Amino acid sequence: MSRQTTLVSADWVEQHKNDPTVVLVEVDEDTAAYDKNHIAGAVRLDWKADLQDPIRRDFVDKGQFEALLSDRGIGNDDTVVLYGGNNNWFAAYAYWYFKLYGHGDVRLLDGGRKLWELESRELVADVPQRTATRYTASDPDLSIRAFRDEVVAAIGAKNLVDVRSPDEFAGRLLAPAHLPQEQSQRGGHIPTARNIPWSKAANDDGTFRSDDELSTLYGDAGVDLGTDTIAYCRIGERSAHTWFVLHELLGVGNVKNYDGSWTEYGSLVGVPIAIGDEPGEA
Amino acid sequence: MTEGCAAPPGGVPLDGVDLSRESVIQGIVTRGGKLPVSRAYVRLLDATGEFSAEVPTDEAGGFRFFARPGRWTVRTLAPRAAPVDRAVVASQGAIAEIEVSIPA
Repeated sequence: MSRQTTLVSADWVEQHKNDPTVVLVEVDEDTAAYDKNHIAGAVRLDWKADLQDPIRRDFVDKGQFEALLSDRGIGNDDTVVLYGGNNNWFAAYAYWYFKLYGHGDVRLLDGGRKLWELESRELVADVPQRTATRYTASDPDLSIRAFRDEVVAAIGAKNLVDVRSPDEFAGRLLAPAHLPQEQSQRGGHIPTARNIPWSKAANDDGTFRSDDELSTLYGDAGVDLGTDTIAYCRIGERSAHTWFVLHELLGVGNVKNYDGSWTEYGSLVGVPIAIGDEPGEA
Repeated sequence: MTEGCAAPPGGVPLDGVDLSRESVIQGIVTRGGKLPVSRAYVRLLDATGEFSAEVPTDEAGGFRFFARPGRWTVRTLAPRAAPVDRAVVASQGAIAEIEVSIPA
């Protein structure tokens, strides 16, 4: 993979606004922004209502994903361009999800909604009407998704990359600092995890740093990218951003996103937890 | 507990939040000290300059963070303006109020 096949610029989106094979999709947890305005032609995916199972803690299954994309008028051969707020966190999560269910051509809008707004590009309120399709998904590709038992077994054996902020990693904060800190799970991180915040992979405007800068980032942090890697955060969307960087931009093979992340691990009975700024012992 | 990690415009309301346990940083962004700027992006950086959180401002130009006691930097990005940095000290049980003015 490379950024030529996985990332598009805002100019590219504007140049392809009348291309019927390109489907723009805004992905957010809070879809109030889409309701107000969005990039012309974009349909929306609600991270919670559309992508999460309403009962169990899991994401939607293959059949639900097929029904969702069919309803949104997305075809198997379409080029899907994802973007959203929060520095593309939820768009990156959806990207990982589209890959998990085998979509062929999916890309991220570099800089997401933030850069589009900062550049004062056009946003519209019109909601596009797309004809329903009959979307067919593949069985989930579990080579890019990590579950809790694998994560516990990875302590001291594989690369664990905690992409939360340093204060969350150390246990000084229990959630990103835009959220209240009253949380039910313990603070800290998975022992032996390296703290490489997702934000180090992005510029202030939300665009990704260059390949050279990204390679240096992980190398300097002591991550051997020749070894299996599992990324995690709090609920799996910031780590989807890092999964995108490692797997899609840098072409690192065996990288998984642990979407259970700290809200699962930090609530497990009996598992080891490290606190403080150091990775800790296995 | 918030299920996801999204930052709503303006930040999470204080309704129902136990302020005695929080170290709140909040404020408004204006252009030229007058007009509130909505959809500016306010970033909270820790004492080492590392990113901690980001909130888009609401219609009134407002933003809010739930930090921890200590020194922080609030960096504001807005259309047609260079980034503006403001230093702020947060204390537990208190609300640190700041006003960010970007050039008109």
